[in-house]
Amino acid sequence: MSTLHTVNKSAYERNALKSCLDHALPGDAILLIEDGVLAARKGGSIAPALTAAKASCKIYALGPDLAARGIVAGQVLEGIETVDYAGFVDLAAGASRVCAWL
Amino acid sequence: MSDEQAKKKFFYLNRKAPYGTIYALESLEVVLIGAAFEQDVSLAFVDDGVFQLMDNQDAAGTGMKGFSKIYRALGDYEVRKLYVEKESLETRGLSIEDLMPITYEDENEDYAEKPSIILVGKSELAKIIADQDVVMSF
Repeated sequence: MSTLHTVNKSAYERNALKSCLDHALPGDAILLIEDGVLAARKGGSIAPALTAAKASCKIYALGPDLAARGIVAGQVLEGIETVDYAGFVDLAAGASRVCAWL
Repeated sequence: MSDEQAKKKFFYLNRKAPYGTIYALESLEVVLIGAAFEQDVSLAFVDDGVFQLMDNQDAAGTGMKGFSKIYRALGDYEVRKLYVEKESLETRGLSIEDLMPITYEDENEDYAEKPSIILVGKSELAKIIADQDVVMSF
Protein backbone atom coordinates (compact mmCIF):
# COMPACT_ATOMS: atom_id res chain seq x y z
CA MET A 1 0.00 0.00 0.00
CA SER A 2 2.61 2.52 1.04
CA THR A 3 5.11 4.50 -0.98
CA LEU A 4 8.83 4.89 -0.38
CA HIS A 5 9.87 8.43 -1.26
CA THR A 6 13.55 9.15 -1.89
CA VAL A 7 15.08 12.62 -1.81
CA ASN A 8 18.59 13.16 -3.19
CA LYS A 9 18.91 16.95 -3.27
CA SER A 10 19.89 19.36 -0.51
CA ALA A 11 16.85 20.97 1.07
CA TYR A 12 18.89 24.16 1.31
CA GLU A 13 19.36 24.40 -2.44
CA ARG A 14 16.27 22.79 -3.99
CA ASN A 15 12.62 22.21 -3.14
CA ALA A 16 12.73 18.42 -3.64
CA LEU A 17 12.29 17.65 0.06
CA LYS A 18 9.52 20.22 0.45
CA SER A 19 7.62 18.77 -2.52
CA CYS A 20 8.15 15.29 -1.15
CA LEU A 21 6.76 16.25 2.26
CA ASP A 22 3.81 17.94 0.54
CA HIS A 23 2.92 14.76 -1.36
CA ALA A 24 3.70 12.00 1.14
CA LEU A 25 0.68 10.32 2.67
CA PRO A 26 0.47 9.06 6.28
CA GLY A 27 2.18 5.68 6.53
CA ASP A 28 4.64 6.40 3.73
CA ALA A 29 8.42 6.17 4.24
CA ILE A 30 10.88 8.90 3.29
CA LEU A 31 14.54 8.05 2.69
CA LEU A 32 17.15 10.81 2.45
CA ILE A 33 20.07 9.90 0.19
CA GLU A 34 23.06 11.70 -1.40
CA ASP A 35 22.78 15.47 -0.68
CA GLY A 36 19.30 14.82 0.69
CA VAL A 37 20.89 13.68 3.97
CA LEU A 38 22.05 17.25 4.71
CA ALA A 39 18.50 17.93 5.94
CA ALA A 40 18.90 15.25 8.61
CA ARG A 41 21.42 17.28 10.60
CA LYS A 42 20.22 18.86 13.84
CA GLY A 43 19.87 22.62 14.01
CA GLY A 44 19.14 23.30 10.35
CA SER A 45 16.22 25.47 9.28
CA ILE A 46 14.54 22.49 7.59
CA ALA A 47 14.58 20.43 10.82
CA PRO A 48 11.14 21.58 12.08
CA ALA A 49 9.50 20.47 8.82
CA LEU A 50 11.10 17.03 9.10
CA THR A 51 10.16 16.76 12.76
CA ALA A 52 6.55 17.59 11.85
CA ALA A 53 6.55 14.98 9.09
CA LYS A 54 7.70 12.31 11.56
CA ALA A 55 4.23 12.32 13.07
CA SER A 56 2.76 10.61 10.00
CA CYS A 57 5.74 9.20 8.06
CA LYS A 58 8.81 7.18 8.96
CA ILE A 59 11.99 9.02 8.00
CA TYR A 60 15.32 7.39 7.16
CA ALA A 61 18.76 8.61 6.10
CA LEU A 62 21.39 6.61 4.27
CA GLY A 63 24.35 6.06 6.63
CA PRO A 64 27.20 6.07 4.09
CA ASP A 65 25.94 9.39 2.65
CA LEU A 66 25.75 10.91 6.15
CA ALA A 67 29.27 9.67 6.96
CA ALA A 68 30.66 10.99 3.68
CA ARG A 69 29.39 14.44 4.58
CA GLY A 70 30.74 14.39 8.13
CA ILE A 71 27.38 14.06 9.82
CA VAL A 72 28.01 11.75 12.77
CA ALA A 73 25.44 9.78 14.78
CA GLY A 74 24.82 12.37 17.52
CA GLN A 75 24.12 15.09 14.97
CA VAL A 76 21.26 13.31 13.24
CA LEU A 77 17.78 14.58 14.14
CA GLU A 78 15.98 12.52 16.78
CA GLY A 79 13.67 9.96 15.22
CA ILE A 80 15.45 9.72 11.89
CA GLU A 81 16.64 6.17 11.45
CA THR A 82 19.96 5.55 9.75
CA VAL A 83 20.02 2.66 7.27
CA ASP A 84 22.77 1.06 5.19
CA TYR A 85 22.48 0.00 1.54
CA ALA A 86 20.85 -3.30 2.50
CA GLY A 87 18.33 -1.30 4.52
CA PHE A 88 17.61 0.81 1.44
CA VAL A 89 16.85 -2.39 -0.48
CA ASP A 90 14.58 -3.62 2.31
CA LEU A 91 12.66 -0.34 2.29
CA ALA A 92 12.23 -0.45 -1.49
CA ALA A 93 11.19 -4.11 -1.41
CA GLY A 94 8.69 -3.43 1.37
CA ALA A 95 6.98 -0.57 -0.44
CA SER A 96 4.35 -0.83 -3.19
CA ARG A 97 6.17 1.81 -5.24
CA VAL A 98 9.18 4.08 -5.05
CA CYS A 99 8.78 7.76 -5.86
CA ALA A 100 12.01 9.71 -6.39
CA TRP A 101 12.11 13.45 -5.77
CA LEU A 102 15.02 14.64 -7.89
CA MET B 1 -1.89 -13.85 -18.32
CA SER B 2 -4.40 -11.69 -20.19
CA ASP B 3 -3.49 -8.30 -21.60
CA GLU B 4 -5.60 -6.62 -18.97
CA GLN B 5 -3.64 -8.30 -16.16
CA ALA B 6 -0.33 -7.36 -17.75
CA LYS B 7 -1.33 -3.71 -17.92
CA LYS B 8 0.24 -1.57 -15.23
CA LYS B 9 -0.27 2.00 -14.17
CA PHE B 10 2.83 3.93 -15.19
CA PHE B 11 3.16 7.42 -13.75
CA TYR B 12 5.71 9.96 -14.90
CA LEU B 13 6.50 12.74 -12.43
CA ASN B 14 7.93 15.84 -14.14
CA ARG B 15 9.42 18.55 -11.94
CA LYS B 16 11.97 20.32 -14.17
CA ALA B 17 11.60 23.16 -16.65
CA PRO B 18 12.36 22.27 -20.27
CA TYR B 19 15.61 23.14 -22.14
CA GLY B 20 17.76 23.94 -19.06
CA THR B 21 18.30 20.23 -18.50
CA ILE B 22 17.60 17.12 -20.57
CA TYR B 23 15.02 15.73 -18.08
CA ALA B 24 11.87 16.92 -19.88
CA LEU B 25 12.85 15.51 -23.27
CA GLU B 26 14.07 12.24 -21.75
CA SER B 27 10.78 11.92 -19.88
CA LEU B 28 8.80 12.27 -23.10
CA GLU B 29 10.86 9.56 -24.75
CA VAL B 30 10.24 7.15 -21.89
CA VAL B 31 6.54 8.06 -21.85
CA LEU B 32 6.26 7.09 -25.52
CA ILE B 33 7.99 3.78 -24.83
CA GLY B 34 5.52 3.03 -22.02
CA ALA B 35 2.63 3.94 -24.32
CA ALA B 36 4.00 1.69 -27.09
CA PHE B 37 3.77 -1.25 -24.67
CA GLU B 38 0.10 -0.35 -24.08
CA GLN B 39 0.47 0.49 -20.42
CA ASP B 40 -1.91 2.76 -18.53
CA VAL B 41 0.22 5.89 -18.75
CA SER B 42 -0.30 9.18 -16.94
CA LEU B 43 1.93 12.21 -16.44
CA ALA B 44 2.12 14.80 -13.72
CA PHE B 45 3.61 18.27 -13.96
CA VAL B 46 4.70 19.67 -10.61
CA ASP B 47 6.95 22.55 -9.52
CA ASP B 48 8.97 23.85 -12.52
CA GLY B 49 7.63 20.90 -14.53
CA VAL B 50 4.54 22.98 -15.33
CA PHE B 51 6.74 25.12 -17.63
CA GLN B 52 7.02 22.11 -19.95
CA LEU B 53 3.44 22.72 -21.08
CA MET B 54 3.75 26.47 -21.78
CA ASP B 55 2.08 27.60 -24.96
CA ASN B 56 4.11 29.39 -27.67
CA GLN B 57 7.43 27.63 -27.03
CA ASP B 58 9.98 28.42 -29.75
CA ALA B 59 13.43 26.91 -29.18
CA ALA B 60 14.69 27.76 -32.68
CA GLY B 61 17.03 30.50 -31.47
CA THR B 62 18.71 28.25 -28.90
CA GLY B 63 19.96 25.61 -31.31
CA MET B 64 18.10 23.01 -29.28
CA LYS B 65 15.37 20.73 -30.51
CA GLY B 66 11.96 22.21 -29.77
CA PHE B 67 9.88 19.30 -28.47
CA SER B 68 6.73 20.97 -27.16
CA LYS B 69 4.67 19.69 -30.10
CA ILE B 70 5.21 16.13 -28.90
CA TYR B 71 2.97 16.81 -25.89
CA ARG B 72 0.12 17.63 -28.27
CA ALA B 73 0.61 14.31 -30.06
CA LEU B 74 0.41 12.22 -26.87
CA GLY B 75 -3.32 11.72 -27.34
CA ASP B 76 -2.61 9.69 -30.50
CA TYR B 77 -0.61 7.29 -28.31
CA GLU B 78 -3.49 6.95 -25.85
CA VAL B 79 -1.71 9.10 -23.30
CA ARG B 80 -4.69 11.08 -22.10
CA LYS B 81 -4.05 11.97 -18.47
CA LEU B 82 -1.77 14.95 -17.95
CA TYR B 83 -2.17 16.06 -14.34
CA VAL B 84 -1.05 19.62 -13.69
CA GLU B 85 -0.69 20.78 -10.11
CA LYS B 86 -2.70 23.89 -9.37
CA GLU B 87 -0.41 25.19 -6.62
CA SER B 88 2.65 24.93 -8.87
CA LEU B 89 0.91 27.04 -11.54
CA GLU B 90 -0.19 29.65 -9.01
CA THR B 91 3.29 30.01 -7.46
CA ARG B 92 4.63 30.82 -10.93
CA GLY B 93 1.86 33.26 -11.84
CA LEU B 94 0.42 30.85 -14.41
CA SER B 95 -3.05 29.59 -15.14
CA ILE B 96 -4.31 26.83 -17.40
CA GLU B 97 -4.82 29.44 -20.16
CA ASP B 98 -1.02 29.84 -20.35
CA LEU B 99 -0.62 26.16 -21.23
CA MET B 100 -0.88 24.71 -24.71
CA PRO B 101 -4.21 23.09 -25.51
CA ILE B 102 -3.69 19.31 -25.43
CA THR B 103 -6.56 17.09 -26.47
CA TYR B 104 -7.38 13.51 -27.40
CA GLU B 105 -10.12 12.03 -29.54
CA ASP B 106 -12.63 9.97 -27.58
CA GLU B 107 -13.46 6.93 -29.73
CA ASN B 108 -16.49 6.22 -27.52
CA GLU B 109 -18.03 9.59 -28.30
CA ASP B 110 -17.65 9.84 -32.08
CA TYR B 111 -14.03 11.01 -31.76
CA ALA B 112 -14.97 14.18 -29.92
CA GLU B 113 -11.91 16.20 -28.90
CA LYS B 114 -11.47 16.26 -25.15
CA PRO B 115 -8.87 17.99 -22.98
CA SER B 116 -6.01 15.81 -21.71
CA ILE B 117 -4.87 18.33 -19.09
CA ILE B 118 -6.40 17.72 -15.68
CA LEU B 119 -5.88 20.37 -13.00
CA VAL B 120 -5.35 18.82 -9.57
CA GLY B 121 -4.48 20.10 -6.12
CA LYS B 122 -1.54 18.84 -4.07
CA SER B 123 -3.56 16.52 -1.87
CA GLU B 124 -5.38 15.08 -4.87
CA LEU B 125 -2.06 14.41 -6.59
CA ALA B 126 -0.71 12.69 -3.47
CA LYS B 127 -3.61 10.21 -3.73
CA ILE B 128 -3.00 9.71 -7.46
CA ILE B 129 0.64 8.79 -6.74
CA ALA B 130 -0.51 6.28 -4.13
CA ASP B 131 -2.64 4.57 -6.80
CA GLN B 132 0.23 3.84 -9.22
CA ASP B 133 2.14 0.64 -9.91
CA VAL B 134 5.30 2.32 -11.20
CA VAL B 135 6.51 5.88 -10.63
CA MET B 136 9.26 7.34 -12.82
CA SER B 137 10.70 10.72 -11.90
CA PHE B 138 12.26 13.29 -14.16
